Amino acid sequence: MNAKLQVRVTEVEALNPLIKRFRFVPRDGGLLPAFSGGAHVVVEMEDHGTRRMNPYSLSSDPEDRTGYEVTVRRDDAGRGGSLYMHNHVAVGTEMVISHPVNLFPLDGRAKKHLFLAGGIGITPFKAMIHQLGHIGAKWELHYASRNPGLCAYGDLLRGPVQFYYDDDKSFIPLKDLLARQPLGTHVYCCGPKGMLAWVRATAAELGLAEHAVHFEEFTAPQPGAPFDVDLVRSGRRIHVPAHQSLLEAMEAAGVDAPYLCRGGACGQCECDVVTLDGQIDHRDHWLAPTDHKTKIMPCVSRFAGRALAIDR
Amino acid sequence: MKDATMSLPPSILSRPVYGVLAPRPGLAHLVIADGAGAGAVADLFAADPGIAGRAHVLYTPGPDGGDDWAVIEALGAAQAQRAASVPTLLFRLARVLLDAKAGTQCYLAGSEGLIGQAERDLMAQGVPHQDIQKEHRGSTVRRVQCVHCKGITEAVRTDPFVCSHCGLSLYVRDHYSRRLAAFQGVCIDAEEPGNIPPAVEKFA
Repeated sequence: MNAKLQVRVTEVEALNPLIKRFRFVPRDGGLLPAFSGGAHVVVEMEDHGTRRMNPYSLSSDPEDRTGYEVTVRRDDAGRGGSLYMHNHVAVGTEMVISHPVNLFPLDGRAKKHLFLAGGIGITPFKAMIHQLGHIGAKWELHYASRNPGLCAYGDLLRGPVQFYYDDDKSFIPLKDLLARQPLGTHVYCCGPKGMLAWVRATAAELGLAEHAVHFEEFTAPQPGAPFDVDLVRSGRRIHVPAHQSLLEAMEAAGVDAPYLCRGGACGQCECDVVTLDGQIDHRDHWLAPTDHKTKIMPCVSRFAGRALAIDR
Repeated sequence: MKDATMSLPPSILSRPVYGVLAPRPGLAHLVIADGAGAGAVADLFAADPGIAGRAHVLYTPGPDGGDDWAVIEALGAAQAQRAASVPTLLFRLARVLLDAKAGTQCYLAGSEGLIGQAERDLMAQGVPHQDIQKEHRGSTVRRVQCVHCKGITEAVRTDPFVCSHCGLSLYVRDHYSRRLAAFQGVCIDAEEPGNIPPAVEKFA
């Protein structure tokens, strides 16, 4: 990895009871590296002895290099990263973040960009809309949230935007919406798992070009049963507790492990399996089913069984 | 040569390869073919009888003059139009694309020149090239761009050949441009002007 970015928090704004916006500026002044809509940064947190590294999409204008903004939804049932951001990060907090990485970029070939956002899934689209605004490209946003009170940035989004609220029983009319798009439209979806699956299935059924439908795939690692792993190259055995990922456990043990997205999408942390006696719980979007006996993505995937040894 | 798929020898990575048209779900099916490509269209419609009712076929005779319009006409497509030439077919295609919807499956069949130019126009519309199905049938003549004057010569049969624009003798490479829908032609006697090997009939 390149050197990390040393930043200071200059703004914290509660957009609603669940979602906060944070602005990071470089501690030494100056400008941050350029990014493009859809990019994320990994935010490092020292949470009372536990090191957390959570990826967050950048939601600010990519043309503004004086600072980056992320928008974080508090997940009370999650592993604690979003709770740390909400409860402990304040104006003046000094933090370390990664360079931006984009695994969900705009496709420049599109004649029109159609955005489908579910809840906090609005974050990459906010940056993309800024970006397209600068070049005058055609876009349309369909944004579903629970109710107007939880619709982050609803008041700031201008232009061809449609809102849908679960509490009003109003839902994106997906089939009609996709069917009436002109050929050459690219569709982008970011939201809960169920929404991604719905969009994927509907787009396939209607015959939309597979490579014209884009998904924000990376997801926070979910907890699971604890397990042990042998790291063959490092010559040691580590324990992975319920609320830690294998990648995080390796990092805590001082083992150097590459990563980019920490959410099972980019492929950077892929490890070869040396010994397997048990079942790997593959939770990534990277490995092909044919790789499931020989590789593991330590950022999200877990293991249950007698023995797992990996080449790390 | 009707309905025969001429085998294309293995080559460098940038040389296009072709598959076999297979039915995919779609709200509409846009089918573009020339010459012997009519056979591939007939096979596609036979594989899924549901396609005809939602199909729009644009057809023109092949570079060898082969005209299987009767095959297309008999398929019962919702719309089928015969164009007099590739340029007039592409003119009609531009009009069709103005109203085409995102759920349109695109199928191309026949000679490489027709397939390449239709693919280029679909790509310009925003359709990813990986999602356009292509099946080569019939003639193997090439559409070649002279890298020197940039002029394109259609239906090239020999290697080398004389550029129809600037008159240089060009060696026909397998290097292909998807954006130009053409193979690359490079001056064959640049080092030794006048030393031009005899033209060999390579493409038919």
